Amino acid sequence: MNRYRKDFPILVGSDVIYFDNAATTQRPVQVMEAMRRFNDTCNANPMRGLYGWSIAATDAYEAARHTAAAFIGAEDDREIIFTRNATESLNLAAYTYGLDRLKENDEIVISVMEHHSNILPWQMVCRRTGAKLVYLEPDREGCLKEEEYRSKITDRTKIVSIGHVSNVMGVTNPVKELAALAHEKGAVLIADGAQAAPHMPVDVTKLGVDFYAFSGHKLLGPMGIGVLYGRKDLLEEMPPFLSGGEMIEYVDRQSATYAEIPHKFEAGTVNAQGAVGLKAAMEYLKDVGFDTVMETERKLTALLMEGLASLPFVTVYGSSDPEKHCGIVTFNIEGCHPHDVASVLDTERIAVRAGHHCAQPLMRFLDIHAAVRASLYFYNTEEEVERFVDAVGKVRKWLGY
Amino acid sequence: MDIKALYRDIVNEHNLHPSHKRDLASPTIVLQGVNPSCGDDINLQLEVKDGIIIDAAFNGSGCAVSQASADMMIDLIIGKSKEEALRLSESFMKMIRGTAAEEEKEELEEAASLEDVAHMPARVKCAVLGWRTMKECIDKLQSGISQG
Ligand SMILES: Cc1ncc(COP(=O)(O)O)c(C=O)c1O
Repeated sequence: MNRYRKDFPILVGSDVIYFDNAATTQRPVQVMEAMRRFNDTCNANPMRGLYGWSIAATDAYEAARHTAAAFIGAEDDREIIFTRNATESLNLAAYTYGLDRLKENDEIVISVMEHHSNILPWQMVCRRTGAKLVYLEPDREGCLKEEEYRSKITDRTKIVSIGHVSNVMGVTNPVKELAALAHEKGAVLIADGAQAAPHMPVDVTKLGVDFYAFSGHKLLGPMGIGVLYGRKDLLEEMPPFLSGGEMIEYVDRQSATYAEIPHKFEAGTVNAQGAVGLKAAMEYLKDVGFDTVMETERKLTALLMEGLASLPFVTVYGSSDPEKHCGIVTFNIEGCHPHDVASVLDTERIAVRAGHHCAQPLMRFLDIHAAVRASLYFYNTEEEVERFVDAVGKVRKWLGY
Repeated sequence: MDIKALYRDIVNEHNLHPSHKRDLASPTIVLQGVNPSCGDDINLQLEVKDGIIIDAAFNGSGCAVSQASADMMIDLIIGKSKEEALRLSESFMKMIRGTAAEEEKEELEEAASLEDVAHMPARVKCAVLGWRTMKECIDKLQSGISQG
């Protein structure tokens, strides 16, 4: 039996097979307990009060920033900006760095595998600045080849924004190589780590990225808290994203000077309780250990892919190597629309995602409208995978074939 | 009804062996209805004479619920006046919203079996696609007449 399940109240005593972890993960009691403790012992508006509770709330919030910095290998806590989620993090980078630095004929390079959250902000920057959006094309297995990125990242490139792990194929992109090349060409590299940070140790310093975005709710934390890591020298030069309270130094009638980073980018009352939950989530994950996380996912993914491969009529997308899936297995069953598949699997108490997965350009690239996605985490079990494969094997019958 | 049973008893048959999936030789109006988020895409064709829908058909691709719903709808509206078809579409929408009276549901005949789709918010769009497109067809025809 999986020793971590007991920490997740929603899983205890439930027969639901939760295979939608790429959408959001479940929360352990440790996270809820940390948030409750914040609420019950020091809830006050951080950064404002001169009294005990507010000082404790500020300390708790800044301690979370420290944990987040250590979690992704940032050298300085001030390089961690708390946002609502990965989407807001990417928008922050686009609205501040993107709009400020780009001009006509500059190029932004992304890949066809991106989540819409890493496409639309760059379309916006291109519309407003006249820059051009250039797409990297992977091979059918989702692999970005060196010739491809060497031919597209050029002296015109100012930003390369790339998913660290694809939310559809599960493939890990060569972020370190892309960062080195981007720097060689005078561009910055932004990584969308929404699907990577929950599954592998991330070190932004070793990767050499300039920005790194991820969401707390995909790594055991609460919804409504996310992170943007930004290199300190870049953050210092960037204009603020939102303005108002908490992000200022002096304000007079016509103008203002801004607070130092990171507070310059955290306008208004912050989600301190969420940050405390995120801290507990990161600590929980560290305790589990990424070795365990990855080993469990690898085993389960191999079992799942083996099971699906034994079924006729099932096509799995991405690499044939389970190691290259980060627990994400996207597939279709011949003749069965993914929405029908998800609906009948739901009657078997199996939760999977079906649709375009916020990656319509990738769906077009794969020449499909939609797909079913099973995404695993370390609290899933072999029995669940077996029950799942068994159910998938019956879907065609349930749909009348 | 259990969703699996709904598929087994009704949806699968209309999806896999639709009675009305073809092209009409001389349609009065053809309209495309799409659910971009699901990839459901139907092409609805009506032949209308003296205010009566004398024939109807559809083509396209999509999930079983969208296909079966369009097929059942066409069963129901062939031979009906445009006004009756609009009224049935209103009843169907009400049923999906959970506000239809028993008589209204009865008039929908087999299409009433999709009532339980109302409990699956993500599937509602699939079920109403054909009906929504049919209403658009008739609205278009009506406005054409009033302009002419
Ligand atoms: C690769 C990727 N990027 C960005 C996001 C957006 O995350 P959020 O909705 O938490 O902002 C997701 C989540 O679905 C994702 O998978």
